[in-house]
Amino acid sequence: MAHKSALRAADTRRNALFVLPMTLFAVVLVALPLIYVLGTSLVQSGQDFSFGATFTLQNYKSLLRTDYLMVFFNSLKLAFLTTLVSFIIGYPFGYCMARAGRRWKALLMMLVIIPFWTSALVRIYGWKILLQGSGPVNGVLKSLGLIEKNIKFLGSYGSVLLAMVYCMISFMILPCHSAVDKMDFTLVEAARDLGSKPWKAFLDVTLPLTMPGILAGCVLVFVPSVGIFYLSDIMGGGLVLVGNLIRDQLLKVRDWNTGSAMSMVLIVLTAGIYLVYRKSGGDDLGVF
Amino acid sequence: MDEAMSEVLLSLKHISKNFGEGDVLSDVSLDVKRGEFVTLLGASGCGKTTTLRIVAGLETPDTGEVILNGQDMTSLPPESRPVNTVFQSYALFPHMNVEKNVAYGLKVRGADKKTIAARVKEMLELVQMSDYAGRMPAQLSGGQRQRIAIARALAPQPQLLLLDEPLGALDLQLRRQMQIELKRLQKKLGITFIYITHDQEEAINMSDRIAVMKGGKFEQLGTPEEIYDRPATRYVAQFIGRSTILTGKVKHTNGFSAVIETGNGSFTVDSAHAKLTEGEMCDLCVRTERMRASKTPVEGFSLPATVREARYAGGSVLTYVTLRDGTEVVAEGVERMADAPNPGDTVYMHWNPAQAAVIGGASYGA
Repeated sequence: MAHKSALRAADTRRNALFVLPMTLFAVVLVALPLIYVLGTSLVQSGQDFSFGATFTLQNYKSLLRTDYLMVFFNSLKLAFLTTLVSFIIGYPFGYCMARAGRRWKALLMMLVIIPFWTSALVRIYGWKILLQGSGPVNGVLKSLGLIEKNIKFLGSYGSVLLAMVYCMISFMILPCHSAVDKMDFTLVEAARDLGSKPWKAFLDVTLPLTMPGILAGCVLVFVPSVGIFYLSDIMGGGLVLVGNLIRDQLLKVRDWNTGSAMSMVLIVLTAGIYLVYRKSGGDDLGVF
Repeated sequence: MDEAMSEVLLSLKHISKNFGEGDVLSDVSLDVKRGEFVTLLGASGCGKTTTLRIVAGLETPDTGEVILNGQDMTSLPPESRPVNTVFQSYALFPHMNVEKNVAYGLKVRGADKKTIAARVKEMLELVQMSDYAGRMPAQLSGGQRQRIAIARALAPQPQLLLLDEPLGALDLQLRRQMQIELKRLQKKLGITFIYITHDQEEAINMSDRIAVMKGGKFEQLGTPEEIYDRPATRYVAQFIGRSTILTGKVKHTNGFSAVIETGNGSFTVDSAHAKLTEGEMCDLCVRTERMRASKTPVEGFSLPATVREARYAGGSVLTYVTLRDGTEVVAEGVERMADAPNPGDTVYMHWNPAQAAVIGGASYGA
């Protein structure tokens, strides 16, 4: 008994040795800056988070403005629509990928993974070229006789959504694919055998059993989508999103305290979404 | 009308199926009578599961017809067939409790709540699982899951129940118990069963008829007794039970018995069931428990052998001998070790000709 626990203690010590660098990394690069942001958001405007600073909640109170709330609402709405569209396209894509033959599967997987090899910014500029007034998309539509005048795609809400979905959809496809891939399709056969039409068998069996993958995909798409703002800027969407607001506070207004408060609200919001997801039985996504 | 009421419930007509890598099934035909327990027996890859899936509607045959109750079902999807399956893996819905699993087939067919509740209760009583209605499949043991899978498949009152190696995952003791229970259930309900197994003992214990399959074809279709006592091919003889197969040439025949000559000596066979012509080759299959080793020559047989070992096997003694050409043969019969021959002794092999099967003519070499 004593021997065993001694072994375990040795084990723990050895594990600690492996965990140490990671812990240092996390503390120095993540925890400390975050604490600094939190501190900055809690001190009086114009002050640094240091000894002698005056603590106040004023920065948070100043956020309670209708226009700021609208900005948060806009961000949440865009994130929600991005998630929805990603699901509508990504789930069938992941499903087909899981059910396809080996060669098709490899090809589809390449299509999902290759975009990761180039910067998202570069790819979005690619979209911009495709969609611009005299761009190929308008050109094709015109030569097909579908339109007479060029359509102004850029700047529309749709173009922003397109860019968002384009950048985020892999995070929906991959967990959906793995959920479908893991599922035992004998269960679908059993449902059919017991009298279900294919669509009914899908709703009764496949959908509930792949729900963990769907939820994981939704969280993976939604959470980063709330904070992204540069896609809207590049596509000329003219939307004011939380990200724009924070950037402007930090870099234009140079009010670091309010900017920090905004950042904290965004962090708490996304952490809250993740918490709800975990509490409702969601898979851990490689996090706690 | 006549056909619908006829004795035959299911009829497979010249079914062939090919998945692109050679035939999985080639020209399989089978008639299953109402209330019959038919077993498809064979090693893995012999096409038995594919046959079952074609009956269930989970595969479509390339050619041939599936007729149920006189109706052509070949192109009907599984949900439109009055046939249910007990899957090898049980395939219980992991996100539904026992009650919902059993109710599923009734629910999708639009039965009302009262009927469903009554039927589920009845089914759970039938398989003695009434206390488990609220459990999830993951909380059940293998044997319990098995019972629920059977209850679920029986609930919609199928005309035909298909069972794909339902006992394969259970341990031996539980398997024997479930064999008896399944057979009792089938008799009680009068439902027609098509049962798949690779376990010959299971097939012999439970079936009214057995179809032994090999390479996508039926090797032999018959009652367990016919399959055991008169295997039609060498494969069937080897697959079912333990036996010795002796190959030789027909020396002369009078239609009722024939003398076969082998490299190890000659013997007389009962050829009433096999058409033998003089000069052709044939196999003789003798079951181990019917093979005898005598210390003195026996009339009609001249098969001397050397004893290697005699071993007590509980109730009888197994005598291991070697024939002249080196063929190793096991004989049973003596009850006490005291009566067994000693290693190195010469013994004479013999058996009751009526209990040995001749595999000759067209079946030879099949």
